[in-house]
Amino acid sequence: MSALDIQAIRKDFPILDQQVNGYDLAYLDNAASSQKPLQVIEAISDYYRQDNANVHRGVHRLSQRATDAYEASREKVRKFLNAKSDKEIVFVRGATEAINLIAQSFVRPQLNAGDEILVSHLEHHANIVPWQMLCEQTGATLKVIPMTLEGELDLSGFDDLLTPKTKILAVGHVSNALGTVNPIKDMIAKAHAKDIPVLIDGAQAVPHLAVDVQDLDCDFYVFSGHKMFAPTGIGAFYGKQDLLEEMPPWQGGGDMILSVSFEHTQYNELPYKFEAGTPHIAGSIGMGAAIDYMNSIGIDKLAKYEHDLLVAATQKLEALDGIRIIGTAKEKASVLSFMIEGVHPHDVGTIFDQQGVAIRTGHHCAQPVMQFFGIPATARASFAFYNTMEEVDALVGAITKVQELFA
Amino acid sequence: MSSADLRDLYQQVIMDHNKKPRNFRDMPDSNHLAHGNNPLCGDALVVYLKLDGDTIEDVSFQGSGCAISVASASLMTEALKGKTMADAEALYELVHKQMTGEDVDTAALGKLDVLSGVKEFPARVKCATLSWHTVHAAMESEQDSSVTTE
Ligand SMILES: Cc1ncc(COP(=O)(O)O)c(C=O)c1O
Repeated sequence: MSALDIQAIRKDFPILDQQVNGYDLAYLDNAASSQKPLQVIEAISDYYRQDNANVHRGVHRLSQRATDAYEASREKVRKFLNAKSDKEIVFVRGATEAINLIAQSFVRPQLNAGDEILVSHLEHHANIVPWQMLCEQTGATLKVIPMTLEGELDLSGFDDLLTPKTKILAVGHVSNALGTVNPIKDMIAKAHAKDIPVLIDGAQAVPHLAVDVQDLDCDFYVFSGHKMFAPTGIGAFYGKQDLLEEMPPWQGGGDMILSVSFEHTQYNELPYKFEAGTPHIAGSIGMGAAIDYMNSIGIDKLAKYEHDLLVAATQKLEALDGIRIIGTAKEKASVLSFMIEGVHPHDVGTIFDQQGVAIRTGHHCAQPVMQFFGIPATARASFAFYNTMEEVDALVGAITKVQELFA
Repeated sequence: MSSADLRDLYQQVIMDHNKKPRNFRDMPDSNHLAHGNNPLCGDALVVYLKLDGDTIEDVSFQGSGCAISVASASLMTEALKGKTMADAEALYELVHKQMTGEDVDTAALGKLDVLSGVKEFPARVKCATLSWHTVHAAMESEQDSSVTTE
């Protein structure tokens, strides 16, 4: 296995070192939200101790420092995604806000009744509902790329779904419910061949794999900080500069203007045009620190280690009786969704918790995926690079416990 | 320690009612029914009532959910059959009180007392009370009705 020093890494995450119900905590709910390293916690606390002020406003020293730190984080996000320019990185509250912004500001002005928006069956509700709302507002139609029993996208009819009426393809990079890594580069190329712009929901991808928006050639890429070791309430999206230039602002207010009079307001330049109001400065700084942290270890190394964990956990579950793994795509990241025969996932969650094993049970904000499999919910373990083989064993032990109790 | 707590929650009676829910059937001649949903965990059930004047002549349910919600619904149907609406409402109040940790007369609860372990698991109280909210809605409704808890 690679040269990751997991014990040293775990020391950076103080929250992991605790007992729950008398057991060592095994935090396996990273797809819902990840834990934060000291480096992130301290970056935020240093900011509040030393630099806190509003950004882009004051000439005083603190405001300058806050602005510099905020913009330095933007540059970190740019590099993280390999965007061309800082102007292409917009800070938002998270993936959800980014999708709503793009739906309303980019897609809505071009949308007519009868036009189509294409998503996939694997999407998180955040990449479904904003488009449904847009359809209601405009009379457009939501189209869905189907999925297979393995939990992969069924792309056999993909070409036919890309029509002259398709105004955007919005698809996840990695599925939060099943962990499937979608072949987005191919999909983007096919959509572009028909001049259809593409939004990638990267919320579950950025914590687990290196992303290069220029190589992908996507038009938009959205993600949340809290799933990649940064605080809640902050995220960012990438948009190609020429598209962002054409888009009207989404929200109005301070910071997004150059000048305001009651006759006319001139909007600010990119990316500030989309950042109305005082932003989550500390959150952006925390997100920059999270990116530094991941880079200090190396994203490829993290990805390799996590993948080994996922494979080991999958094999161990496959070896158990009465376990059905939901989502068996060839390419997966982080997520292991499963059912224990005869036991509702909600009961599984409670019994796991009693043994210190934190997983998510429910529909994972992906009810269409649950409907596809004809199940109300799954139990989902999701791994990060700070998880260990012992925690995989704790997962297996918790399953055994459930089976004993429900025998 | 924790295993003991789990046994308090998942008592034998509960496991039994989960495996073999009583009055788990459609009721074509029901005159009141309500749908109950717990969107957070996907529990979904229908409670059917046949009221004869003021008396619950028959009560049944269908749907799917966790062991706690299924067992609770099953126990509820047993407890309510033959009761008057007023008695049913009183029992509804009592179950509610017990789940929220108030002292209640356990004798009045009878068999329903096996659900008392649920109050130690706050995240699961909604599971145990879903069927009760639903039957409450069914009694109050003229015809179809629905409730949602989360
Ligand atoms: C694939 C995916 N997209 C979007 C979101 C929404 O993220 P947020 O709630 O942080 O906006 C999530 C979060 O669960 C997700 O997993």
